[in-house]
Amino acid sequence: MTATDTGSSDIAGAAPNGPRRRTRHRTRIVNRKPSRSAAIFLGLLPFLVVVVVYAVASADRLAVNPQDRLLPSIGQMWETFRTYAFTPDQRTGNYLLWTDTFSSLKRLFLGIVISGALALSLGISIGFLPMVRAGLAPFVAAISLIPPLAVLPILFLLLGLGDTAKVALIVIGIAPIMVRSVSRSVSEIPEEQIIKAETLGASTWQMITRLALPQAMPPLFNALRLGLGPAWIFLISAEGIQATDGLGYRIFLVRRYLAMDVILPYVAWITLIAYLIDLSLRLTARRMFRWAYPKGAGL
Amino acid sequence: MSRVTVDGLFMEYDRTPILERISLEVASGTFCAIVGASGCGKSTFLRLLLSQERPTRGVIRIDGDEIAPEPTPDRGIVFQRYSVFPHLTVCGNLTLAAELKRSRLVGRLFGAARRREKDAISDTLRKIGLWDARNRYPAQLSGGMQQRLAIAQALVMKPKVLLLDEPFGALDPGIRADMHDILLTLWRETRMTVFMVTHDIKEAFKLGNRVLVFDKVRHDPQHPAAYGATITYDLLLDRNRRKAPDAADRSGPDLAGSVH
Repeated sequence: MTATDTGSSDIAGAAPNGPRRRTRHRTRIVNRKPSRSAAIFLGLLPFLVVVVVYAVASADRLAVNPQDRLLPSIGQMWETFRTYAFTPDQRTGNYLLWTDTFSSLKRLFLGIVISGALALSLGISIGFLPMVRAGLAPFVAAISLIPPLAVLPILFLLLGLGDTAKVALIVIGIAPIMVRSVSRSVSEIPEEQIIKAETLGASTWQMITRLALPQAMPPLFNALRLGLGPAWIFLISAEGIQATDGLGYRIFLVRRYLAMDVILPYVAWITLIAYLIDLSLRLTARRMFRWAYPKGAGL
Repeated sequence: MSRVTVDGLFMEYDRTPILERISLEVASGTFCAIVGASGCGKSTFLRLLLSQERPTRGVIRIDGDEIAPEPTPDRGIVFQRYSVFPHLTVCGNLTLAAELKRSRLVGRLFGAARRREKDAISDTLRKIGLWDARNRYPAQLSGGMQQRLAIAQALVMKPKVLLLDEPFGALDPGIRADMHDILLTLWRETRMTVFMVTHDIKEAFKLGNRVLVFDKVRHDPQHPAAYGATITYDLLLDRNRRKAPDAADRSGPDLAGSVH
């Protein structure tokens, strides 16, 4: 509604008191763009719809059975969330939400950082040095096809039940794809640039530090952002299978008591964290590598 | 001095000859324009001069010494595209060569050393009209600005031979004329040997004082790919003396300072 209004007023406003009579022109839908406020409204709309649908469904079920645990009310979930966040656990004295979050993020970040380091070092070597590419590219391609969850039991057996196995699962799950994506970007650096660097007297090592490394950074950040999704999957799975704390552990633990009032806020919390990590990666990349995101390109 | 000698050059890909029987003696300071139909091997010839590829037979010498088997700083290159580094500013592109030379380990200078190199290129920046754009990235430059930067970057190393592979092929006609003036000015200043591949015959005769025409002379109707191209015309133009006096009025106002 807002969108169409703005659209037609724009057209009318283009010639408020023009000398010539204008025939009324109906723009095609593809040419109608929402104003900023309309865009925000349209963006929020699906979220609102989901919340309203949930609230109605929950109220319906609770009206029939006030003890229903499957669709707790939003107020109920908020209460539980506050308890987890701000009341110490009776048994351990910990604030469960924060200890869970801290444990999970520690594993996630370790996994992401190790994968990123692998992606950068291996990706540049494979993408830039033909000898390394011949030796390692098929191997990395093969490793990336292993279903990571299939090796989780091996990791538990080899690395024990602690954090190491969980971090290893994340690394095995996302590093090979990240390596491949970075190495592909590096190998796509135009040959002209490599030759130009050679005519400027660059050694192989200097070409890596001044040409391949800086140009591999934006693809690395893209790979990190794309790797985060799978990283969460492997983290939650590993925690659900074997852990003593963590966001995934909590969800799988309270599932036994049908505690949807814990599970749903935890899922929302994980989603929020994932969004914030993604956002910070995106903004960091834009700020640090301005050359890759030019304003006024092709001036 | 940078005399280029080409001796008995043959080049074939998968047993298909591209270039054959090319022997050439180019005096130091020559502006050699290379023209020819598409696919006649003129770009291949340039790649051989650059050592981007190795000839099947024959040798190329600069001042009597065989060229290195890989690209080296004695031969500068400007391609039609992708010649400048997208992740470096105009300034960074021009200081890169000095940084690579003075910091062997990481190829990067910091602090005072970096400022010194920046100061050293400020004249060049003004001469090629990129002073105001010195902190922009190549993606924020027009095609003509990018090519001016590419030429300046290639000249920073003071190469013996400058190779240009259709450097103005992607530019508008008006900008092309400006680029010609800049290039001629730089050539007269540095007196280096230039090889320029171009599609544009007018451009070749305007810029070059020697024009090489590549074409196939031998044809086998049963096997069109049997023979490669060679130099069919080798025209020496006495342009040096004819053009030099009016060089000053030919160059644009922004270049007037750099002509002397």
